[in-house]
Amino acid sequence: MLTFLARRLALGILVMWLVTVIVFIIFYIGPGSADVARALAGRDAPPSTVALIARRLLLDRPWYVQYGHFIWELLHGNLGFDYYHDEPVTTIVAQGIPITLSLIVGAAPIWLLIGVLTGMYSARHPRSFLDRSFTTFALAFYSTPTFVLGVLLILLLYYQLTIHGIALFPGSGFTPLTQNPFEWFRGLVLPWLTLALVAAATYTRLTRSSMLDVLGEDYVRTARAKGLSERRVVWRHALRAALTPILTQFGIDVGTLVGGTVITEQVFGLPGLGWTAVHSIEQQDLPVIIGIVIVASAAVVVANIVVDALYAFVDPRVRLH
Amino acid sequence: MALLEVLDLQVRFDTADGLVQAVRGVSFAVESGHTLGIVGESGSGKSVSTQAAFGFARGAHVSGRALFEGRDLLAMSDRELRAVRGARVGMIFQDPLTSLHPMYRVGWQIVEAIRAHDRSVTKRAARSRAIELMARVGIPQPERRVDDYPHQFSGGMRQRVMIAMAMALTPSLLIADEPTTALDPTVQAQILELLRELKEDFGTAIIMITHDLGVIAEIADDVVVLYAGKIMEEAAVRDLFYHYHHPYTEGLMASLPSTGVRRGELVPIDGQPPSPIDPLPGCPFAPRCRYATAECTIEAPQLLEIPGEPRHRSACVLPRERAARQALRETRFAPATRDMVLDR
Ligand SMILES: Nc1ncnc2c1ncn2[C@@H]1O[C@H](COP(=O)(O)OP(=O)(O)OP(=O)(O)O)[C@@H](O)[C@H]1O
Ligand code: SF4
Ligand SMILES: [Mg+2]
Repeated sequence: MLTFLARRLALGILVMWLVTVIVFIIFYIGPGSADVARALAGRDAPPSTVALIARRLLLDRPWYVQYGHFIWELLHGNLGFDYYHDEPVTTIVAQGIPITLSLIVGAAPIWLLIGVLTGMYSARHPRSFLDRSFTTFALAFYSTPTFVLGVLLILLLYYQLTIHGIALFPGSGFTPLTQNPFEWFRGLVLPWLTLALVAAATYTRLTRSSMLDVLGEDYVRTARAKGLSERRVVWRHALRAALTPILTQFGIDVGTLVGGTVITEQVFGLPGLGWTAVHSIEQQDLPVIIGIVIVASAAVVVANIVVDALYAFVDPRVRLH
Repeated sequence: MALLEVLDLQVRFDTADGLVQAVRGVSFAVESGHTLGIVGESGSGKSVSTQAAFGFARGAHVSGRALFEGRDLLAMSDRELRAVRGARVGMIFQDPLTSLHPMYRVGWQIVEAIRAHDRSVTKRAARSRAIELMARVGIPQPERRVDDYPHQFSGGMRQRVMIAMAMALTPSLLIADEPTTALDPTVQAQILELLRELKEDFGTAIIMITHDLGVIAEIADDVVVLYAGKIMEEAAVRDLFYHYHHPYTEGLMASLPSTGVRRGELVPIDGQPPSPIDPLPGCPFAPRCRYATAECTIEAPQLLEIPGEPRHRSACVLPRERAARQALRETRFAPATRDMVLDR
């Protein structure tokens, strides 16, 4: 078990290193790096200012010096300073993280619950009316672009309610949990729904197919042959086995979302990581982009390790290897 | 009164290809403490007929009656049926690899079987009972193995765990659906020996489902030969082996590997079983039968007594008197199959 985790950890570190290399190549070596100093200095700046900026950012040094510097700073938890306001990138990223995490923390249980419950019902009553309805809804939400769904929710649950005097949800903005938990919750309901409804579709289908497979397994027949109640057969025996692929997907989705709630954040005006990323890309603010890419990749890598550890915990057959 | 009496059981499945007639009017009985063998090729309806009787054939149309300890299983509510399953009837299946839940410890699974029908048994008591049972079915070091997972056991040991679980509440009937097919021959023999012992000790009746007449010879008292969802022949085991009547049974005998067929001359039955969709009129075995005449394809022969042999019945138009039958065989075919059977 420990060697298993150690191997996963080593693999994770390797992946992170590759991420730094790729990020470095794309941003420092690739096209655009030469323009950075120019862009930063402003359209009318004299060449001397451009050169100064380039030197300060080590843009005039050989690539290995740049990379060495980059890694060295990274290992010290230092992601550099943003090009425009000289704010530490870590500070900027740290401001976005609670918002993005709030989004994920609320949305994940919703989609997991919706997906698993509908999927389980569908698997137990295949081709029933509700099964078909769930499948249709799942497909509809799955193929709806996030921004359409978000805008639709704003239209229905914010705009329509508000003009009728029921201001249940704010249309945008974020209140930190520590400041006012109720406002925090109120402000996040619509973004949560947006994220969750799109994601739930995957879980409905995954749970349905996984449960259908498991319900046909011999050990489920054995459970019935013991005279167990149908409830126990389904929840204790079938779900336990069907859960593995669902948990895997869940862990990876949560990890991916750390850098992937871009559109929801845009639609609802939540200045999380995705929102920050879009702004820094618009402004070519390289250190911030790199910082977010690295944080997002780290989230995916960590999620994968957690999933693997969980997998070994859930399935005894994995533990031996 | 018989422990289990199945009467005119019919099982049909609606499938995309059409109506599958898996079991077509099967009747049999199992006496307390006796072993009934059900033998037949793959797809003949062996599993479906027993599973349908105990309410396992999900999505099937089942008709007929299945009287177990005097009550009709097919008329029972789910709740009543659950009270029977596990407690009065235990089941073991072909593949011990997949029949145990891979994510729960074997002890947990046996304890669950014990407590499913009696919540008043404490976990601790159920656990010591589980260890006892594991010892009884021949699992070494049961105190230690009780906390192992199924994948830590060999196939034979897993089947022993299944048997321990099925026998946990000393049911009056054990349904063993090809319990040795997936095991290698030495282990097969050990498992059969164990079943025979348990039957002696607990007086449990057994339904042994198999496609292997060798297994039947080892353990069965009576035999039902199924083909295409119908009973072709039924008899006490000795009668079946020495005086079988039905050409399908003859074919099964000839394909027995362990008998005296000269130097491994296996004679599988030529041809394929008929499709369970739109069965032919007449004898279902006719397309593969070397005795078939025009008469056979018109009307299905009835399952009728063989004179002078109680409980021996066959669904074939061939002469019922033994001498006439023998004469027919010898005039038409070399007597190889007869010798082979008498060698046993
Ligand atoms: N759920 C089902 N849906 C449709 N057809 C089925 C179903 N279960 C069984 N059948 C059909 O019923 C027939 C009898 O199947 P059964 O499993 O009883 O055969 P068997 O004699 O046990 O064979 P085997 O030796 O392969 O286990 C087969 O033709 C099979 O295809
Ligand atoms: S009834 Fe005819 S076809 Fe059927 S087994 Fe007897 S001889 Fe063969
Ligand atoms: Mg079978």
